[in-house]
Amino acid sequence: MQLILRRLVQLAVVLLIVSFFAFCLVRILPGDPTKTIIPFGTDQQRAQLKKDLGLDKPFFTQYVDYLGNVVQGDFGHQYSTNTPVSDLIKQSLPVSLELIVYAQILALALAIPLGVLAAYRAGTRTDGAINTTSFAMLALPNFVLALLISYFLGAQLKILPTGGYAPGWLDPLFDGSRHMQLGNHLEFMFWPALTLAVGQIAIYMRLLRSDMVATLQENFITMARAKGIPNRRILWRHALRPSSLTLLTVAGLNIGTLIGGAVVVEVIFNVPGMGLKIYQAVVANEYVELQSYILVFGALFVIVNFLVDFLYAVLDPRIRRARTAA
Amino acid sequence: MTAAGDGHAPVASSPAPPLLDVRDLRTGFETDRGLVKAVDGVSLSLEAGRTLGVVGESGSGKTVLSRSIMGLLPRRGTVREGSVRFEGTEISHLSPKEMRAYWGAQMAMIFQDPMTSLNPVMKIGAQITESIREHLDVSRDFADDLAENLLASVRIPEPRRRLKEYPHQLSGGMRQRVCIAVALACGPKLLFADEPTTALDVTVQAQVLDLIRQQQDERFMAMVLITHDLGVVAGRADEIAVMYAGRIVERASTSVLFADMKMPYTEALLSSIPKLGEPPHSRLATIPGRPPDLVNPPPGCKFAPRCAYVQDRCREEEPPLLDASPGHQYRCWFPVGTPEGAAAFERNRRAGLVAAAAIAAEPVAAGPAAAPPSDAAGG
Amino acid sequence: MPEPPRDLLPGTPGDVADELVADSLAGGTAIGGFETELAAVALGPEGRRRKGLGIGAWIAIGWMVFIVGVAVLAQLGLLPVGSPTNVVASCARKGPFANDGTASGYLLGCDGNGRDMVARLAYGSWSSLVVSTGAVTFGFLIGGFLGLIAGYVGGKIDTVISGAFNVLLSIPAIVLALALVAYLQASTKGVSGNQSGFFHDPKVILILAIGVVSVPLLGRITRASALSWSQREFVLAAKAQGARNGRIMVREVLPNVLPAMFSIALLGIAVAIVAEGTLAILGVGVKPPTPSWGNIIALERGNLNSSPHIVFEPAILIFLTVLALNYLGDVVRARLDVREAGI
Repeated sequence: MQLILRRLVQLAVVLLIVSFFAFCLVRILPGDPTKTIIPFGTDQQRAQLKKDLGLDKPFFTQYVDYLGNVVQGDFGHQYSTNTPVSDLIKQSLPVSLELIVYAQILALALAIPLGVLAAYRAGTRTDGAINTTSFAMLALPNFVLALLISYFLGAQLKILPTGGYAPGWLDPLFDGSRHMQLGNHLEFMFWPALTLAVGQIAIYMRLLRSDMVATLQENFITMARAKGIPNRRILWRHALRPSSLTLLTVAGLNIGTLIGGAVVVEVIFNVPGMGLKIYQAVVANEYVELQSYILVFGALFVIVNFLVDFLYAVLDPRIRRARTAA
Repeated sequence: MTAAGDGHAPVASSPAPPLLDVRDLRTGFETDRGLVKAVDGVSLSLEAGRTLGVVGESGSGKTVLSRSIMGLLPRRGTVREGSVRFEGTEISHLSPKEMRAYWGAQMAMIFQDPMTSLNPVMKIGAQITESIREHLDVSRDFADDLAENLLASVRIPEPRRRLKEYPHQLSGGMRQRVCIAVALACGPKLLFADEPTTALDVTVQAQVLDLIRQQQDERFMAMVLITHDLGVVAGRADEIAVMYAGRIVERASTSVLFADMKMPYTEALLSSIPKLGEPPHSRLATIPGRPPDLVNPPPGCKFAPRCAYVQDRCREEEPPLLDASPGHQYRCWFPVGTPEGAAAFERNRRAGLVAAAAIAAEPVAAGPAAAPPSDAAGG
Repeated sequence: MPEPPRDLLPGTPGDVADELVADSLAGGTAIGGFETELAAVALGPEGRRRKGLGIGAWIAIGWMVFIVGVAVLAQLGLLPVGSPTNVVASCARKGPFANDGTASGYLLGCDGNGRDMVARLAYGSWSSLVVSTGAVTFGFLIGGFLGLIAGYVGGKIDTVISGAFNVLLSIPAIVLALALVAYLQASTKGVSGNQSGFFHDPKVILILAIGVVSVPLLGRITRASALSWSQREFVLAAKAQGARNGRIMVREVLPNVLPAMFSIALLGIAVAIVAEGTLAILGVGVKPPTPSWGNIIALERGNLNSSPHIVFEPAILIFLTVLALNYLGDVVRARLDVREAGI
């Protein structure tokens, strides 16, 4: 319990720092920030912005006000359209979350069998082929793969759409006016999710392979073989779980990579998630909007890492004991 | 063909084949340095319900021998030749898939280190029942009951509760009992116990050994008990095979071996056990030097560099397995307890070579410890 | 032991990276297990790579020499290619295999404005390499310095520096870099109308942004390495002789940390090249008309279907360069392990 409490305090501190960082981004702009943020805005818009940012107040008060607003769900406005940023987040956040979830599931679903196979056949040609392919996959940037898929599989072969979006299972939860069209949704999400997954597949597979090769040399594996149970069961029931701790750590931490990768993938496949919104905000110089997205992504990342940390305990009883002892 | 092999004529119509019959088994590992010949032409046989002790130093190939007989070694990089018959059926050429019908069900193994041979992330109950469910066609509940009974029979208190615990919640001795329960689960006919007590506290060693022995009697299992300690097999094995550098160097029934050992290596092993009769603080006898390189073993007798009886002939010509009496074989040109042996030892002593016998390997440790002169004089 | 190349920029897990460095410092992998049965498993194909450089490494070195050579020569004006900004309108969008004659003399075709792709790519290599090496150098100067101090001094200073690293790592790397570029560009725009100074060069802003993002990643790796070296006997001996801490750090610890830093730097440059491309796609890369691999792709990705060669030529260069750098990083690390194991 004490441990959980301490970690919760840590979480709160990091969240505060992240929010302060996001807060500073707009404030560090030199000169009159309103001129930079809306160079062609009317005086009325500028006054509104000044009020939104609270620029007339002391620095620290500004931060406290900002935090208060954020906690209440007020992220300011997109100035070109005067739309509340919170509305934009409601539309785009579920899209990015779905994309990340699909990519992670796809990556693990492909990487785990490949990693297990490579470990089982360690040192053979199968292993070599899997390793070489994964090495090449690691050198393939997301945007290059996205472009390859758009061109060859989308434009040339016309397999599944390579641009656009239909709401999925998460969108209605954020925005009641949207309705799920699961079939279309999954079609639109397939290539973006696969693109995002490929880099992870290589990382996960190699991690799992090296951990599993080590596990397969453990005495308890020899003992399991001596019981006469099938190799399939030894690999999946005996060897996978003790080998998957590093994989789980990295898969959790890599959600950050996925969030970053989602930005590019959404831009190229024209998926209206937070990544596409970030891109549009950068192009349109919408700094207040951009600030909010950075805050949301940062907070998301921190919270996910926090949760991943607790998942370990479920996975490995040895850790459960070590942690309670510590 | 070895002497042991000649004992059994290869006639298939023999009325009752022994439970286990191993002929000229060779097992090697390919490494960068060359082929490591871990088991080099071993023949042995074992009747149902009997116990064979396999004794030797670490690195003598006794563990590889047991795993090679069971077919548990990794296939890649391993060279395996010879014949292994189980109840008259040749099993040495079977694939791991075919061997699964034997593993656990017909032959089982208890491993050396109970701390690492149980899966740390599986409950104890699951580790016992998975083999029951694999080999016997029983329901989950029945398997659970069976597992509980097994834990009770290896004297683990509160067996029902233990089934739901993880290995790290048990002590070393308790874990080894769980391993024994796993091995016994499907009622195998043959049990390999590979140094089953080496990793345990001295206080529980005897308990665990007695438990294995008792279970063996109740279930009429044959057992191959592997150990580096002659003391462990002394009261528990019907027969003893002494291994050195991958081959059997002496084999006899337990009583014959202790009364009339022929191989200097057996003698050295025995004298390295501390005895009650000795005065306190007397120096413990050790065998000087180390086992030979198994990639390029010396040409003659493999024990020659460390032997107190060594003669020129030993270094040039490897002795075959000779018969001392029916069922007693040894591998030596100048055996202990014979005039030749005594003469050889005396020659070495006079030339100051008893110590020099070990010089090749480890001059510092080379004391007169290896050969108790009383035995040599008695011959 | 085969390890995944550490993916530096996009959110590498720091703890894993620390462990990997600690592993490699602790020595090579032992042929584990009992008697000899595991030798066969332990001697995987990776084990053999350690003798000599191997053909793969030489190909990778050759490719890097080629790319760096082209970039430097192009920048010095010594390369026999045309100007990257010279427009031949009739050649616009013509691919390398266009048969109507207009693209002849242009080995790789022309871009959307009718500029020679060979020249664009050659000059583009310079931008991409300057940005990526610049960013990693920046990251190592700052992160290496902080990591060295944190690892050697330890205590409260270590807590503060590591804490700062962790906070920086808690924002997705590419999002952080994007934000930094966007705001840095806005700030430099805000100071004055003057667009020429050092800090107005978009390359400098990119170097700063990617560099800042890489500081915590490179810093943590340096820290782990410095920490493990600081506990060795020769450092204790130097302390016992009364050497000052600064001197021990520079003379005793730093030289031993450098090889590990070098292998990470190769991987870091690869990641920074990808980051440059990513930022360009997101609209904050090197400003046209100056070419970079990333902005050539960004400029024409909308016309992918009509003229794919413009997009895929720089993409292939990026892929091969990243592949070469990853491979060399792996080779360097493998050789490093051997040397460390020999101590």
